Amino acid sequence: MRAAISDLPIRFEDVSVHAGAVTILDRISLDVTPGAPTVLIGPNGCGKTTLIRLGMGILTPSSGRITWGGRSGAPGEQRAMVFQRPVMLRRTASANVAYALEAAGAARPERTARVDELMQRVGLEGRAERPARRLSGGEQQRLALARALARNPEILFLDEPTASLDPASTKAVEDIVRSIAASGVKIVMATHDIGQARRLAGNIVFLVRGRVAEHALAERFFTSPATPEAATFVRGDLVI
Amino acid sequence: MPEGVSALGLVLGGDPTLYAIVRLSLQVSVSAVALAALVGLPLGAFLALVQFPGRTFLVVVVNAFMGLPPVVVGLAVYLLLSRSGPLGFLGILFTPKAMIIAQALLVIPIIAALTRQTIEDLWVEYRDELTAMRVGPFARVTTLLWDARFSLVTTLLAGFGRAAAEVGTVMIVGGNIDGFTRTMTTAIALETSKGDLPLAMGLGLVLITIIIVINALAWGVRRVGELHAG
Repeated sequence: MRAAISDLPIRFEDVSVHAGAVTILDRISLDVTPGAPTVLIGPNGCGKTTLIRLGMGILTPSSGRITWGGRSGAPGEQRAMVFQRPVMLRRTASANVAYALEAAGAARPERTARVDELMQRVGLEGRAERPARRLSGGEQQRLALARALARNPEILFLDEPTASLDPASTKAVEDIVRSIAASGVKIVMATHDIGQARRLAGNIVFLVRGRVAEHALAERFFTSPATPEAATFVRGDLVI
Repeated sequence: MPEGVSALGLVLGGDPTLYAIVRLSLQVSVSAVALAALVGLPLGAFLALVQFPGRTFLVVVVNAFMGLPPVVVGLAVYLLLSRSGPLGFLGILFTPKAMIIAQALLVIPIIAALTRQTIEDLWVEYRDELTAMRVGPFARVTTLLWDARFSLVTTLLAGFGRAAAEVGTVMIVGGNIDGFTRTMTTAIALETSKGDLPLAMGLGLVLITIIIVINALAWGVRRVGELHAG
């Protein structure tokens, strides 16, 4: 069902974002290519969320250019996103997924089967008829993943999907993310959890104060970081 | 307090005239709120979600119209519906239909203004998520109205309170005709001026009781709904 034209690679060319006098992203140039998950890491406020939003296409840069598969202003049908604090619609868990399917243009007859399939995929089949807002934090995050998958995306953006979850819920979310990546969906994820980056990343984009300090394959980044900031971060020391 | 006792007697005795008045009042006010909701809910959501030149002006006007004087609305509808008025051919002046229209006009700004505020606040929360899901403008309106449904119950109650309690418009466009367009509020005004304080008092008690019962029902519906939908 995927459109023939790919949104990959996503190319950032000299992209800056300013909010008033504050520079959030400072002349970023970056290629996000097909393959294993791209993980954005860096301290809070380094611009991870802003970069994710730009990639998703729900934010326009102050200057510079972003292209998706060579096209600027690609419509975004093939991209989906899970926010750090996803908004649960005031209806049941399965109705949330059905809503996303409808928004993605799925025909009514196929929706019921797809809802069941997606709920199973994120391990929420037993929670289908619960009000979404009554689910636990981890369950809400998994429901948000199911909603994002309903769009049948080529690229899935995740903004700190486990930021406030306990280890068990974090593992559940990571397992799902891994299986999504294995099914051929390009994952672009922001996290400040270096352990999570080690577990999931194919390549690492290390951001410090709105600039790309380093972009490298995960093994390279963790074994021989090229910049002093990255070395500090990999050691587990605080990068400010 | 002999008046109070007779009022209670009237209510408990099931006076048929009283019941006819109560029925008409409810019928007019509930219909007016339903009609106003049909216009006011989408109008409020539209004002909350769509940017266009003159929007701020319209928002201020709608907010200000929450305080429209009922007698003025009554007069305007009277002029529209009177024999020589532009809608005089309808021949509905001094009928319950005219009263419903007039009360709906009074209630629309209340529902639209409160809906706009509710939807605007909810949109702040939902904007990113719905944008990422690429939900179109029309679906946004219906989604936000549905997800705000429990808050909007209170909005409708505010509208109903206004309709049920006002006397100015229904007096002017209804004419307070015995057995045809007499409502609780016009009857209270009439009985008070005639000096029949027991009947006026009885009607007043009934009116207040009905408003409390309707609010209690709405509260119950809201609680049950929230329990099932979160």
